[in-house]
This record gives sequence, C-alpha cells and structure tokens, in this order.
Amino acid sequence: MWLFLGSECLLFGGLISTYMLYRGRVQNGPHPSQIYDIPFTSVSSFVLLMSSLTMVLAVSSAQRKDDTRTNLWLLITGLLGASFVGGQVYEFTTFYREGLGFTTSLFSSSFYSLTGFHGVHVSIGVIMLMSLRAIIKKNKITGDKSEVVELIGLYWHFVDIVWIIIFTLVYLIPS
Amino acid sequence: MTTETETHEDTHEHGMSDAGYIKIAVILALITALEVSTYYVDFGPLFMPALLIMMVVKFVMVVSYFMHLKFDSKMFSFLFYTGLGLALFVYITALATFKFFIA
Repeated sequence: MWLFLGSECLLFGGLISTYMLYRGRVQNGPHPSQIYDIPFTSVSSFVLLMSSLTMVLAVSSAQRKDDTRTNLWLLITGLLGASFVGGQVYEFTTFYREGLGFTTSLFSSSFYSLTGFHGVHVSIGVIMLMSLRAIIKKNKITGDKSEVVELIGLYWHFVDIVWIIIFTLVYLIPS
Repeated sequence: MTTETETHEDTHEHGMSDAGYIKIAVILALITALEVSTYYVDFGPLFMPALLIMMVVKFVMVVSYFMHLKFDSKMFSFLFYTGLGLALFVYITALATFKFFIA
C-alpha cells in the first residue's frame, strides 16, 4: 500500500505541477479569483479533514475488535466523503454556469483535471468504505479485520493529505 | 499461549488513544481555520511562508499520526517519502523548465 501511495504522489505531483504552470493562463472565461468560493471550499476541506478522524477511529475500533463501532465510524467516514464529493459536484456545476468549461482555458483544463482526479479518488474511497462495511457485516474477512480496515484507512488519509496541498496551492494562494 | 496472544494484540495496538486522535484533529481544525483567515486578513510578506508552513505541518501530522507512519517500520517511511521526493522533483523540474527554457 505504501508503494502504491508513493506512486500516487507522483500522479498528483504531475497534476499539481501542471496546474501551477497554467493557473495564470486565462485567455477566455473567468479568472480563478472571480469564481472561487473560499468559505464553501473551507467547509468542504473541514469535512474531509474530519473524515480522517472518523477513519482513524474506525481503525482503532477494529484493533479493539469492536465490529459495531468499526461499522459506525466507517459509515460516518463514507457519509463525510460523499458530502465532500457532493460539494465538489455543486462547485463544478456553479463554475460551469459561470462560464468555466473544461476547454475554456488552460487554467480551467488543469483545474478540472486536478480536482476531478481527486474527486474520483474520494469517490473510489467511499465505494471501498461501503464495501468494507458490507464485508465486515457478513463476516467474510478470514484474516485480521483491523489490517484490512487500516489498509483502506491509509488510502483514505492519503486522499485527505492530497486535498491539504490542493486547498492551499489552488484555492488560498492567488495566481 | 497467553503470551502469544498478548504479543499479537500489541502489534496491532500501535498508534495513539482515541482521545489522542481527537486532540490531533482539533489541532488540524485550528490550523485550517488559521489558513482560511489568511484569505481575509492581510499578513503582508508572511502570507506565503505562513500558508506553506501550515500546509506542511498539517501534511506531516496526518501522515505521522493518522497514517501511523511515526509508529510503523522505517521501510514504509522510505517508500512513501521517496515517492513524495520524486513528486517534488517533478514539480520543481517542470516549473524550472518552463521558467528558464520556454518562457
């Protein structure tokens, strides 16, 4: 898993580099400072950050072999992740209505690619969390449950740390 | 048998207590609030370094405590930070290429 996460660093490193290069290239359409809704994105960031807490509490419960609490924390983590993705869909829809399409400018292409890839990663994480809940409920894990929960947790925390970087570099630092 | 069971339990109970995780989350939330405040309050020349330092602190805290890297094998740290180092290399090289050779 750590090797996979190391390779994921490279993927997002490339996407973030591309965004940093092109964020000032706004030939058409709105400029980043005209469309970013910082209060809204701050709430989304907070939601994702708190999902990391609930995930680590799920891992902790799994280590204590408390399946009920593990399932509860996994459910809350999944719901927080789904809320984040919902917020991103809302944000993309708003931006599109304000004239920022995928091919409007180099800025828009790099922005949608970076944040879209991250959103896909969160969505896959939510699916993994819900699948894990179902597997635990049906008692289909033959080995150590806490190890499986911890592996999914590592992926989830990685998605969170990528957003920590995106939130600062993309939203808070002006182009 | 008891000893074996205890050893098995110990290997999985690395990390912190739940209260410890909640404390870390509160610190992360406070740093996030401070980050957001830089959007509204003029920090002058400290703006950029402060944001980058806060970003790195949050990153390291999540990786160390929530991902247990602080308590895990050094090999995991090596694998992860190698990937991160390569990503930074890609980023710096790409930016430098565009800055010095293309622009």
